[in-house]
Amino acid sequence: MLQDKDRIFTNLYGFESPLLDAAKARGDWDGTKDILAKGQDWIIDEAKKSELRGRGGAGFPAGLKWSFMPKQRPEGQPAFLVVNADESEPGTCKDREIMRHDPHKLVEGCLIVGFAMRATAAYIYIRGEFYAEAVALQRAIDEAYDAGLIGKNASGSGYDFDVYLHRGAGAYICGEETALLESLEGKKGQPRLKPPFPAMAGLYGCPTTVTNVETVAVSPTIMRRGGEWFASLGRPKNTGTKIFCISGHVNKPCNVEEEMGIPLKELIERHAGGVRGGWDNLLAVIPGGSSVPCIPKEICDDVLMDFDSLKEVKSGLGTAAVIVMDKSTDIVRAIWRLSKFYKHESCGQCTPCREGTGWMMRMMGRMIEGNATVEEIDMLLEVTTQVEGHTICALGDAAAWPIQGLIRHFRPEMERRIHAYRGSAAVAAE
Amino acid sequence: MVDTVKLTIDGKEIEVDKRLTLLQACELAGAEVPRFCFHDRLSIAGNCRMCLVEVEKAPKPVASCAQPIADGMVVHTRGPVAAKAQRGAMEFLLINHPLDCPICDQGGECDLQDQAMGYGKGISRYDEMKRSVQEKDFGPLVKTFMTRCIHCTRCIRFMEEIAGVPELGMTGRGEDSEVTTYIENGLDSEMSGNIIDLCPVGALTSKPYAFIARPWELKKTETIDVMDAVGSNIRVDARGREVLRVLPRLHEDINEEWISDKTRFAVDGLTRRRLDAPWVKRDGMLAKASWQEAMDAVTARLKGRDGAKIAAIAGDQVDCETLYAAKLLMADLGSPNLDCRQDGMAVDPSVRASYLFNTTIAGIEEADACLLIGCDPRHEAALVNARLRKRWRRGGFKVASIGPALDLTFPVTNLGAGPESLSRLADGQGGFAEILKNAERPMIIVGAGALSRADGAAVLGAAHAIAERFGAVTEDWNGFNVLQTAASRVGGLDLGFVPGPGGRNTASILEGARSGEVDTVILLGADECDTSALASAFVIYIGHHGDAGAAVADVILPAAAYTEKNATYVNLEGRPQHAVRAVFPPGEAREDWAILRALSGMLGRPLPFDSHAELRAAMQKAVPHLAATDEIMAADWQAFGVSGAMGEGAFASPVKDFYRTCAISRASITMAKCSEAFVAPAAATGTGG
Repeated sequence: MLQDKDRIFTNLYGFESPLLDAAKARGDWDGTKDILAKGQDWIIDEAKKSELRGRGGAGFPAGLKWSFMPKQRPEGQPAFLVVNADESEPGTCKDREIMRHDPHKLVEGCLIVGFAMRATAAYIYIRGEFYAEAVALQRAIDEAYDAGLIGKNASGSGYDFDVYLHRGAGAYICGEETALLESLEGKKGQPRLKPPFPAMAGLYGCPTTVTNVETVAVSPTIMRRGGEWFASLGRPKNTGTKIFCISGHVNKPCNVEEEMGIPLKELIERHAGGVRGGWDNLLAVIPGGSSVPCIPKEICDDVLMDFDSLKEVKSGLGTAAVIVMDKSTDIVRAIWRLSKFYKHESCGQCTPCREGTGWMMRMMGRMIEGNATVEEIDMLLEVTTQVEGHTICALGDAAAWPIQGLIRHFRPEMERRIHAYRGSAAVAAE
Repeated sequence: MVDTVKLTIDGKEIEVDKRLTLLQACELAGAEVPRFCFHDRLSIAGNCRMCLVEVEKAPKPVASCAQPIADGMVVHTRGPVAAKAQRGAMEFLLINHPLDCPICDQGGECDLQDQAMGYGKGISRYDEMKRSVQEKDFGPLVKTFMTRCIHCTRCIRFMEEIAGVPELGMTGRGEDSEVTTYIENGLDSEMSGNIIDLCPVGALTSKPYAFIARPWELKKTETIDVMDAVGSNIRVDARGREVLRVLPRLHEDINEEWISDKTRFAVDGLTRRRLDAPWVKRDGMLAKASWQEAMDAVTARLKGRDGAKIAAIAGDQVDCETLYAAKLLMADLGSPNLDCRQDGMAVDPSVRASYLFNTTIAGIEEADACLLIGCDPRHEAALVNARLRKRWRRGGFKVASIGPALDLTFPVTNLGAGPESLSRLADGQGGFAEILKNAERPMIIVGAGALSRADGAAVLGAAHAIAERFGAVTEDWNGFNVLQTAASRVGGLDLGFVPGPGGRNTASILEGARSGEVDTVILLGADECDTSALASAFVIYIGHHGDAGAAVADVILPAAAYTEKNATYVNLEGRPQHAVRAVFPPGEAREDWAILRALSGMLGRPLPFDSHAELRAAMQKAVPHLAATDEIMAADWQAFGVSGAMGEGAFASPVKDFYRTCAISRASITMAKCSEAFVAPAAATGTGG
């Protein structure tokens, strides 16, 4: 249970003003100049010490990622920090709240993280539908410029750093880092081949690091309070605090900042008012946004909410968007709806995803009523493995995993529907 | 010295250039990796996922086409991981593919078909509805069947990168993505036909060739093209006596693996408006005749006639053997009046460097600045323009032109319209003079539009002066180029098919025909000169199409087109190449050289050869470099052109309509449709649509 003194996002619920004065009163922009004065290596070291892992879903160690940026660049070549604010993962709404209510954490983070990776500017790519958030964030950026916190000689540090906000057009795929860069360059949002990785050739061919809003926004606090403080929360390699987005069949859906590694059951019962109809009415939980496989109640009983614990149960922390489903849920239909989402959002560039997502969705559609054969469950599973790991970006994986989770844990239910459907068909034929 | 790395592919250790991709390394190791989207000459897309291979220590299969290689990589191209990935990709490609091979024109030469046999599953597990995609209209050349598209984007990349006309793109997302022109219009590029070859499936096929033949029915003949002076290497596919299509053949130094749309699609003109029997004019009307009658008429006219009253003009598609035979015949007739330059191009026949593309087409890639004088390479020699564009894409290549404002698919600075601007540049004025001066390997391309004028010799002289002034010609670099437009031209000049001492050139022959000083004119497939001047002369037309020349003829002797004879052509670089007979000439038409040989016999002075082989041997003896097939003899740099005042008026390209430049293309229905679609609209009022 996270204590209030360790809370980073103290205005997550918007009870206070998001403006600069209030943000400063909450501790933002405090001693930014001194942090920058300690130098790039110190900041990256501190990030490494904190064991902060990327909050966008993949959980890559943040300090390590920042250190991939070249220390020396040819004269005149810029480098960029690109902040991924294209939060589109179904179930996820953490970045939205940060940008609405605590935008200065992000703006300050841009400066500190951008400085650490020797970037000349930060581009914040915000999801197109986030209109109000874009307005709030732009207001914060303007305030920071007016106060001299960013721009020329940012915060009096002697370092020039610009922050730009760019609104996307609302495509899920543009949250993929290289598709985001394409979109930012004005092209169709389609993922690029890697290598080259963005740290070598990213935005406009310049060294670039793409990182999630939350990762950037927690960084100033980590720098102020020290990496050790952050590392002291949670479990080793799964440290710090995390914003969990709890939605679905709970009594009080909410966003909450909690310590990493909190038991799922405690998270739901303490913060979300428990599962609708009581814990025993729980069917399954998707613990990390729509991309990760669901886990049934038996696992939910004692699983911890962090990267490694969820990986052990063949799911993932993802964006920490906890989607709770009680026993009234048509689980097959629920997963079909996710398949439909991925089919709709596939960019169409590479074959397995373009063709596979539609195929999986159609098969899932038949599974809802059981209009299939038992063998087709195995075929569906095989198709998911034909998509998984064979695509340019991770959208193919994301489309495959929910179905794999479903088959892993709810195969008896799928078979029951098939038998029922075939039985009724047999009766109808007589 | 290139850096190499060692890697193991399917158990075989191999050391290769480290700049290669994994797919190329696999090929060198003898491992075949299936692919659809990858193409050597296009950027890497990596989207078909067919080339996935297993690399040890990599967490998942990697797309070998896009993977840089590293030392110590251990790769399996046929192991269970790779095989599963490839089978999976294949299955996905096929689920929404209509599998309508029996009615698909690509059948028999389809990558998808072939690779499905090699890497597919053999059965389909897909029970859902298949996608269908609305047809597109890409104009008169490219037929679409977009339901078959596998989204490899080769066509998009070709149009954008090679053709330089970014008209194709992908709209929509996921399953619904479509390759389209977005705003429906034809592909306005003279290179668009190449996307038919690039398309690995039957989504893009040839519209004129639709449902005509299956590839295994065709007799394939490797030959060369004569639609322009480039000498593109082609394969002619024929069935029976009809040429059905033309495909490009690889020649790295000339056309790489592309050809222009005229080369590819003008062949339907080979069966239309053909001269398939001799014709003789009787009572002011041409009437069909026998060979005997026709030859008698010609003999009667020529026998004993004063050589000064006889003249010969060679057309743009005449082969070297014919020119050589005709030259000997004219000598026997005692006539010095012969010319192979219908347009009167003022090059110096005695200095080979004055009429060749000395830099060579492949040499363009080494140039670092280019000046175009009165030429439009995009329409006069599309493949030369493609090479210029290729060079430009690499960067550090400035191009300027003097002449009409051009859209060459890459930026060209226009320095002015005519001789005045040329003089200014020759004096070293203007910013581009600076660029030329600083360039290490500048090149100058002079076109027919500048040399075929009355002041052509002076323009040639000015171009020579510019080449000298800016150091375009050095020990190891010759940057002076003439862009010929006629396939016969360089061969004709090499053979000396030009006025003898005191002889008349084309303009003078026409002049003489008007005044009556010349009363008998032999036209060797010459249709591009002002034939109205020949109204009062006795015209003997030896050629294959009923075009402008035949219209004024008194006797027509039907001859063979380029696909119907074994012949030597010299391309604009000075590279002799052999055309090979794919089909026989229609009807009673005969090969040109044989007609001339028979005529000489009837005139009582038989030419000294009895077979094509003997003729070729004699010709090669007379002009030895014609024997060096596919080789370029570099020409010595000498003085040429005259230094004198140039005239006025803007340079204009001789090619007004790219699709209709010769008798064959003018007879082609396909070319007429193209002309209507792409050339005419510019002049139309815009209310046609």
